[in-house]
Amino acid sequence: MSGALVEAPPAADARAQGVPAREAEPATRVRGYWGNVWQRLRYDYATLFFLFVILLIVASAVFAPLLSPFDPNKASMAHRLKPLFYHDNILGTDEQGRDILSRILYGGRTSLLMGIVPVVAATFVGGLFGVVAGYAGGRLNTIIMRSMDVFFAFPSVLLAVAISGSLGGGMVNQLITLTVVLTPPLCRVAETSASQIRSMDFVDAARASGASTVSILLHHVLVNVVSPVLVYASTLVSASILLASGLSFLGLGVSPPTPDWGLMLSTLREAIYVRPIVCAMPGVAILLTSIAFNLVSDGLRQAMDVKA
Amino acid sequence: MWLYAARRLLMTIPIGLGVTVICFALIYLAPGDPVQSLLPPDATAKDVAELKHAYGLDKPIPVQYLIWLGHALTGNLGRSIQTNQPVLDEVTRALANTIPIAVISVILAFVIALGLGILAATRVGGILDRLATGVAVLGISVPQFWLGVILVIAFAVELGWLPATGMGSSGSEHFSWFKWSEAKYAVMPIIALTMTPLGILMRTTRSSIAEMLALDFIQTLRAKGLSNAAIVIHAIRNALPQILAMFGLQLGYLIGGSILVETVFTWPGTGFLLNKAILTRDIPLLQGTILVLAMAFVLINLVVDLLQTAVDPRIKRA
Amino acid sequence: MNTEAQGAAAPMLDQPADRGGRAQPMLIAQGLKRYFPIRGGLLNRRVAEVKAVDDVSFTVLKGETLGVVGESGCGKSTLARLLMHLLVMDAGSLIFDGDPVGTEQGLSLRDLRRNLQMVFQDSYSSLNPRLPIEESIAYSPRVHGMERGQAKRIARELLQRVGLRPEYFGGRYPHELSGGQKQRVNIARALALNPRMLILDEAVSALDKSVEAQVLNLLGELKREFNLTYMFISHDLHVVQYISDRVMVMYLGQVVEFGPVDTIYAQPRHPYTAALLECRLVVDPAGRIDTPPLVGDPPNPINPPSGCRFRTRCPHAETVCERTVPALGAWNGNTAAHLVACHMAHPGSGHSRAAPAPVVH
Ligand SMILES: Nc1ncnc2c1ncn2[C@@H]1O[C@H](COP(=O)(O)OP(=O)(O)OP(=O)(O)O)[C@@H](O)[C@H]1O
Ligand SMILES: [Mg+2]
Repeated sequence: MSGALVEAPPAADARAQGVPAREAEPATRVRGYWGNVWQRLRYDYATLFFLFVILLIVASAVFAPLLSPFDPNKASMAHRLKPLFYHDNILGTDEQGRDILSRILYGGRTSLLMGIVPVVAATFVGGLFGVVAGYAGGRLNTIIMRSMDVFFAFPSVLLAVAISGSLGGGMVNQLITLTVVLTPPLCRVAETSASQIRSMDFVDAARASGASTVSILLHHVLVNVVSPVLVYASTLVSASILLASGLSFLGLGVSPPTPDWGLMLSTLREAIYVRPIVCAMPGVAILLTSIAFNLVSDGLRQAMDVKA
Repeated sequence: MWLYAARRLLMTIPIGLGVTVICFALIYLAPGDPVQSLLPPDATAKDVAELKHAYGLDKPIPVQYLIWLGHALTGNLGRSIQTNQPVLDEVTRALANTIPIAVISVILAFVIALGLGILAATRVGGILDRLATGVAVLGISVPQFWLGVILVIAFAVELGWLPATGMGSSGSEHFSWFKWSEAKYAVMPIIALTMTPLGILMRTTRSSIAEMLALDFIQTLRAKGLSNAAIVIHAIRNALPQILAMFGLQLGYLIGGSILVETVFTWPGTGFLLNKAILTRDIPLLQGTILVLAMAFVLINLVVDLLQTAVDPRIKRA
Repeated sequence: MNTEAQGAAAPMLDQPADRGGRAQPMLIAQGLKRYFPIRGGLLNRRVAEVKAVDDVSFTVLKGETLGVVGESGCGKSTLARLLMHLLVMDAGSLIFDGDPVGTEQGLSLRDLRRNLQMVFQDSYSSLNPRLPIEESIAYSPRVHGMERGQAKRIARELLQRVGLRPEYFGGRYPHELSGGQKQRVNIARALALNPRMLILDEAVSALDKSVEAQVLNLLGELKREFNLTYMFISHDLHVVQYISDRVMVMYLGQVVEFGPVDTIYAQPRHPYTAALLECRLVVDPAGRIDTPPLVGDPPNPINPPSGCRFRTRCPHAETVCERTVPALGAWNGNTAAHLVACHMAHPGSGHSRAAPAPVVH
């Protein structure tokens, strides 16, 4: 290592001479907001652990083809409803003789998709409307927020069932439904935060410098709205997974041969008298995933120092 | 205060109208011709024409909405495609089965959450505190329908203590809360329903009690030698308005969101009705049930807000 | 002053040209008005209004420091925001260096903001918590089309100029600065566009005395160096006396007295000014007086008293004061430099003291 230090590249040399001495002084260690967040997260071992769990779940879903002992859709009449640790079917088989473990691994893809895509979509849509409403204030705010209030007049499960029940099942419909359900709460969080920022003097200072509204939104409002919105969005991932699995359980999710945790629970329900433990397995996957996301989002909230 | 109450009442009108707009739009979300989705598949051309006329389906959409709204306001929510019964009758019958289990569940959740929360707060970091944290995390993470399945496996399949599904041998007509042979059918649905509000409430109670114990005036009280228990009671009294608000919200969530639990236990409430409507693609039934449930939620929120104004001297303005 | 730093200065934006000549006032405000609606009732209608700035007219001369004083809530910040066009005025007009602002032929808002900048009252909320301070300062030049690197260089030079070493402070975030340091950053940011006039809204009020003195000195230096005109808002009469050339006294959204600082401090003509100045003496044990000269809270700005707004707290109030609003005019027909809005100062107003005899104690 010391050798490398001696052979400093000539460019650095020239700079060291050309710049006044004060520039060469080591700058004080300064961490921005995100640096602080990371510092706090680094020592929050519980959150890191569950972050790791999430990574495992994601990895097992992504690498499902490599990890699965069987083809998740290969039925076998001879091996229907086998118990745990039945030969290579570690978690048993379902009512069509398909391997439960393989189906759970593949099912993770649907569940994670349903947990993350609608939240991201709703964060964009709700965030956009919320920031616009909060920043514009006045009549535009009233129009946007009162429309959102109408959606708050539905309990989220009911709203999901209403939309999904009318649209019908299928993956795309489920994604649309969940996005619609998650947008109003995100919009409200973004609006509250944006309208607080709006009243801060630094926004007026930016206006006083002649900046355009777009520039102010980008440089001054968004950067401040991002953390409460992200924290809130992270709490919604678990909610979205639960809602999605609920819809699938009701037959409003992906269509049958596709592995999906909610759907598996629904079809296995017939067999609880035969193989109770096996039938409960997909739910364990949902529960684990949901707990991991909930705890990580709690840790994130603390690290980002956002009031609940 | 009266001004606030009046304003709150007034605010309910546009929200209620918004709800009807969404419910009305549901027919148009459904794939295919709305006329088709409102009628049984074997409907004759005459039926179609009659329906079109009755609902003005040949008229522009805003007019259709007004006609539909007029019907809905007078209690005419159409007829179920499957049973040909008026939707309103079906919904009210089902509601009578949903409301009791929802109310009992919320009360249970409150009692447990407050009790455990208070005990946990008196010794932060102790066993009870950890238990409370665990319950909180579990409650918000557990899929209700899976919990239902687990309960069935445990208490019906393995132990055989409780009936797995339904509402009693004699059906919902003769259900009685005061006979164990009947009431036991409600035990598992209630437990399954309780879990989610319990988790949410546990979480809020824990954090708000901890927050309150840190407040200045509480510190003063403590310095004056007041016991922990007395302080917590004091704190709860202060938090009464918020508790009330939470209560209403959770009750509304359960009444509107009971579909999963009721499906698992085939409990013949509104959720089960919704599930039936979805399975049979009975759009009028779906639409009517959702309208009634959403309106119930709006009303509960209204009542709770008004009650809250009455209890909380601080709320004076909007 | 660090002349070396001056020599190596990165080219700032050019200071906008002097268009009106020396004699043209920098700023002429005419009949500025801003009422804030108060909503209430069943339908959230406008039920009343706060007359935060009510028909205020004044001029700021080139190169001077105009002090603005008045109790909390009298509309000083609102006035500043009206001048900056951060708030829409309900009535009134602004002429900046001879050009009417916001009209077709006149000065555009963007041009006004190149000329006129403001340092905000609340140093806590006036810096974006998510931006390093040099970014906050560099933001305005970039808005006006300057390239990023150069804007940053200017920001660092301005930091140096306001006494914060850029290599230590440049990358810091607002929460890592003290109040005084934040206020220096605010000043640097206001200077980043190289404006001709600064509005300083309570720029030193939140600082302790020694820091306040440093910042005041800094402001004095900057004024000479950058050839600035100041409008200095404060409720601290000592500070205003120290820094101002002329003083404007406001009460409940209106100007009650206006004139050269020495004249006003030596011979206040309005009883409110006199009372304020006496309040100031209370601090000094030698001049202690027994009864506080300004009794009671300022009246509600929602329903200000009829006639003279000060009459409810004025020891000399008479029926005229209730009936007619005193105009802001030269007192006793004296020089137009000293204006007062008090019946006692205007002969023939009907007030028993409206004789030539001075009112001062
Ligand atoms: N956005 C607003 N909406 C409603 N009322 C306002 C608003 N801004 C200011 N006011 C009211 O206008 C009056 C003048 O406020 P302003 O901030 O201009 O006072 P000020 O003289 O700067 O006071 P201070 O010395 O405390 O800063 C106050 O009564 C205030 O309550
Ligand atoms: Mg102010």
